[in-house]
Amino acid sequence: MELAFVIEKVVLVTLIFVVTLVIAMYSTLAERKVAGFMQDRFGPDRAGPFGILQPLCDGGKFFFKEEIIPAGAHKSLFILGPTIAIITACIGSAVIPWGQSLTIGDRVIELQVTDVNIGVLYMFGVVALGVYGIMLGGWASNNKFSLMGAVRAASQSISYELAMGLALIALLMVTQTLSLKEIVEQQSGFVNWNIWVQPLGFLIFLVCAFAECNRVPFDLPECETELIGGYNLEYSSMKLGLYMFSEYINMFVSSALMATLYFGGYNFPFMYDLGLSQNWITIIGVIVFFAKIFAFIFFFMWIRWTLPRFRYDQLMNLGWKVLIPLAIANIVLTGVITIINDTFF
Amino acid sequence: MESELLSTPQDFVPILIQLIVAAGFGVGTIIITHLIGPKVRTENKLGAFESGVEVIGNARQPFSIKYFIVAILFVIFDIEVIFMYPWAVNFREFGLSGLIEMFVFMGLLLLGFIYIIKRKALEWD
Repeated sequence: MELAFVIEKVVLVTLIFVVTLVIAMYSTLAERKVAGFMQDRFGPDRAGPFGILQPLCDGGKFFFKEEIIPAGAHKSLFILGPTIAIITACIGSAVIPWGQSLTIGDRVIELQVTDVNIGVLYMFGVVALGVYGIMLGGWASNNKFSLMGAVRAASQSISYELAMGLALIALLMVTQTLSLKEIVEQQSGFVNWNIWVQPLGFLIFLVCAFAECNRVPFDLPECETELIGGYNLEYSSMKLGLYMFSEYINMFVSSALMATLYFGGYNFPFMYDLGLSQNWITIIGVIVFFAKIFAFIFFFMWIRWTLPRFRYDQLMNLGWKVLIPLAIANIVLTGVITIINDTFF
Repeated sequence: MESELLSTPQDFVPILIQLIVAAGFGVGTIIITHLIGPKVRTENKLGAFESGVEVIGNARQPFSIKYFIVAILFVIFDIEVIFMYPWAVNFREFGLSGLIEMFVFMGLLLLGFIYIIKRKALEWD
């Protein structure tokens, strides 16, 4: 392994990391702006023009607040909780292909941190790890509300992970590969997008993504009215900030994943017919990919300010008795149609 | 298929780099806030906050068994899902017989699923 490879990867990782953090920061502003727009008011507009300095103020404030570790808390686990939450949120983006390749001089730079042949499985594993941060934090707080929030979060995440896994299997039956790069390459153009062959699978995946991110209408782990904040109730200062950050980063990564798996990733219509050079195709592709991601993030926020929260039994019924049977039916349907296609056509 | 290249350990090095960067950020911010934040400790502040009501006992007491059942069911079904991954990636090569075999497996899974629903393991009331 040569040094240039390591340097290239370190630069790419750092760049993606910074972009992720900036997007997460500005998602908080966007969320409040979207809320303002939907409720016919302005949203934050004091810090800088249109409030664009608001996330910096919020972030700065997190740093200068007192951090409180409750006397009854398990100290090391209490600190470990938000750390694990932020780490798992940040490592998910490693396998997402952000674009094709850029040629600078005679060096070809792939705009993907790494293309492993188990990309989807890696993603699935990282998502499963995410629940540890919440569970540890909630349990270590030694507060009844926190514990309830944490147990709800764990139970909800694992329930929806099943349906998510089953929805992914139907997708893998179409793509025949676990590498995210190959999955994107297969969706070149517009008619090849996986959404056209897996609409039901996408719908199930979307619902599960909302549940995995603890977003409305699945935000039972942190509902203010019953649990006064849920698992992060006892947290303050940047530890609370890390939980908030990880929630928004998760939203960003799952938006990127949905765009990658079902909406063609960086592919855009007529990408090879316009006579553009490879570098330009890559640059436009990256812009298109981010446009898709932002569309999904906006959709997350739109839903938040539109739908009320589920009741807990409704949540579990939806996960176990609706989504899992639907996902299994989707697998059966995909299997039968593919085999008929392969045999007779 | 020739295009399916095996990943080498070198492919996972960038993931390690990303892990180090993420861990550095997480640990770094926690240390910085620990150093620059004010520290005024009072007994009330360090107590558990339960909406102003005086705290009774420890939070770590026996909890609803329902969540435990869900966790067990998750483990069972998640292992089934993991078994289906290698099949899903190769299922076009297996053809009709592979599909039927997987349907038998999924049928057994569904029987178990119907059983747990009939036994009201997933009822929340």
